[in-house]
Amino acid sequence: MPDLRPSLVAGIALATATTLATPALADGTLHFYNWSDYIAEDTIPNFEAQTGIDVTYDVYDSNEVLEAKLLAGNTGYDLVVPTGIFMERQVKAGVYQPLDKDKIPNLKTLNPRLMEYLAQLDPGNEHAAIYMWGTTGIGMNVDMVKARLGEDGPLDSYDMFFKPENLAKLADCGVHVLDAPTELLPIALHYLGLDPSSGNREDFRKVEELLMPIRPYITKFHSSEYVNALANGDICLAIGWSGDVLQAADRAAEADNGVTVTYVIPKEGTLLWFDTLAIPTDAPNPDAAHQMINYLLEPEVTASISNYVAYANANDTSKPFLDEEVLNDPRIYPADDVLDRLFPDRASTQAVDRLRTRLWSKFKTGI
Amino acid sequence: MSGAGEGPGHGLGGRPTTGARTRSIAEAAWAAAGRDGERNGHGRTRLQWLMARFGRGTVIGIPYIWLLLFFLLPFLIVLKISFAEFRIGLPPYTPLLEWIEGGYLQIKLAFGNFLFLLDDPLYVVAYLNSLKVALVSTLIALLIGYPMAYAIARASPTWRAVYLLLVILPFWTSFLIRVYAWIGILKNNGLINNALISLGLIDSPLPLLNTEVSLYIGIVYSYLPFMVLPLYATLEKMDIALIEAAADLGCRPFKAFLTVTLPLSMPGIVAGSMLVFIPAVGEFVIPDLLGGAGTLMIGKVLWSEFFNNRDWPVASAVAIAMLIFLVIPIVVFQYYQHKHAERAEES
Repeated sequence: MPDLRPSLVAGIALATATTLATPALADGTLHFYNWSDYIAEDTIPNFEAQTGIDVTYDVYDSNEVLEAKLLAGNTGYDLVVPTGIFMERQVKAGVYQPLDKDKIPNLKTLNPRLMEYLAQLDPGNEHAAIYMWGTTGIGMNVDMVKARLGEDGPLDSYDMFFKPENLAKLADCGVHVLDAPTELLPIALHYLGLDPSSGNREDFRKVEELLMPIRPYITKFHSSEYVNALANGDICLAIGWSGDVLQAADRAAEADNGVTVTYVIPKEGTLLWFDTLAIPTDAPNPDAAHQMINYLLEPEVTASISNYVAYANANDTSKPFLDEEVLNDPRIYPADDVLDRLFPDRASTQAVDRLRTRLWSKFKTGI
Repeated sequence: MSGAGEGPGHGLGGRPTTGARTRSIAEAAWAAAGRDGERNGHGRTRLQWLMARFGRGTVIGIPYIWLLLFFLLPFLIVLKISFAEFRIGLPPYTPLLEWIEGGYLQIKLAFGNFLFLLDDPLYVVAYLNSLKVALVSTLIALLIGYPMAYAIARASPTWRAVYLLLVILPFWTSFLIRVYAWIGILKNNGLINNALISLGLIDSPLPLLNTEVSLYIGIVYSYLPFMVLPLYATLEKMDIALIEAAADLGCRPFKAFLTVTLPLSMPGIVAGSMLVFIPAVGEFVIPDLLGGAGTLMIGKVLWSEFFNNRDWPVASAVAIAMLIFLVIPIVVFQYYQHKHAERAEES
């Protein structure tokens, strides 16, 4: 779940450029709908050169938008990248066709442990392959946070966010939170020592008690603005996606504006999610989509994407091609003991979703 | 709208006589803009000329077909979904009509979606809050837009064209980008705060972005041209001789403004206010980008029903309820306005 709107323009420009640059060839067109800023610069051009397939690359900024399009049907897309829990529900709705595994020999390269997690959402891994995975955690402006919470403040812990006395000190420099109840509420449940996928009303009441006191100190609920805001030093704390925060850190370093951004996987553990490659049932060119999935899972290709977007892939054979600083960054590839503290996202029922959304509205607006 | 036929020397025949009962904002704007026909003394507007030429039916028919295709039809589809129930599938709602065993056609209307809206204060509060935001924005836009329109209308013809161009010019840039630009102006590290800090007026940045203030700035900024243009159209056509007559009779400028200019510009005020108020109620992009954590507007609620809950039926019910709550008061208002105008004409 990478950086969104700011890069939308760049994404569209890239998409247009690739479409213009490549003449239509006999093998047809592949319509690929992906998160913005979620692919390496040469991934698509190389695929086009290799296969002769003309790729129309289009980007979106939230799972919700993708889902609304898919449920309306006739999107014309051949390949999309839903996040695990959304994919689970979409499979049930009949949105995706089963993968023809013979056409994707590279499926075997995917890490069995991660694929097992994914199988909880997609039994037998019939419909989806892992594209990238990451965590939801804390992004912060190190200097601003230390100035307010002290050198020995709880900088490695969700206490920084969930304890009102801590967050109050950060309110003046700006706090952004992902506008994503499906991520934040499981994290809150987990922080309280409850089952992250709980649908129990009593548990939700406890979460409400946890969240309402910190409400006044949150500047904004938004799933993309925090990347630029962190990089520019406009905010000091964000609950965001790992790769996005790391991209913000890169941008701040490049701009050399005196802002140091870092990403923390809190010691309490946090949410682990997967973005998956899946083919809609009504895809006009499923053959090309299978080719693209296989291509994206090539060790060198997937490594070049990870190097570029700072998200981990699930392909163990790609490790020799990964940049040292990506492979050895525990924020991208957490160590085993950290991995044990992460919990995967799980699907929930419509009733639970409604409870979540309602609680989320209350958290955001106080009503 | 009372002003359209009230000016001295303007024949009643100058007013479009069609669809008296359904006089709409568009017509008010038309009346505001189309008064040059009246002033020419022909007593015929462009509309009537067209009617004479192409026949009443065609002229009236085109906008009605347009409304039918692009308003009524989508509305009926949304209405249909609002009576369905959620299900996991494609599409994600149940059909209303179903053939069941024995050749019966079963119609299932789920009123639960509408009852649900009353169940939870969220929807009512969001609706009221949207009305408040829209109302305040409209008033601010009117206060800023009226002097602007007045100044443009009184400027020399050369400058008038320049001023009008300046009002319209921002439309050449995408609405989204213009709203986004305000983030750069208002943010902690932005233009205003940096300027104030470098001038030494403040030590730490003022919280401007993601507040009610930035929300109002965004809405007023975006919709101001819709206020200025109809106002300009009315004010520009106003006979300056009327003000002079008032002055000759010993009326002070301010009084003349209140008793002559203001009532005569009423059609422009009503048209401009409607054009600002109606889209502002359902505004989604501006509160999303510039609003704060606690900004609750019906557009955002609709978004989360549709996208977060993916409950199309409830989302449709919210949309229908919003339309009903918005359209009925406006229709009633227009009806009384029209009655009032008729009575004024009769006397």
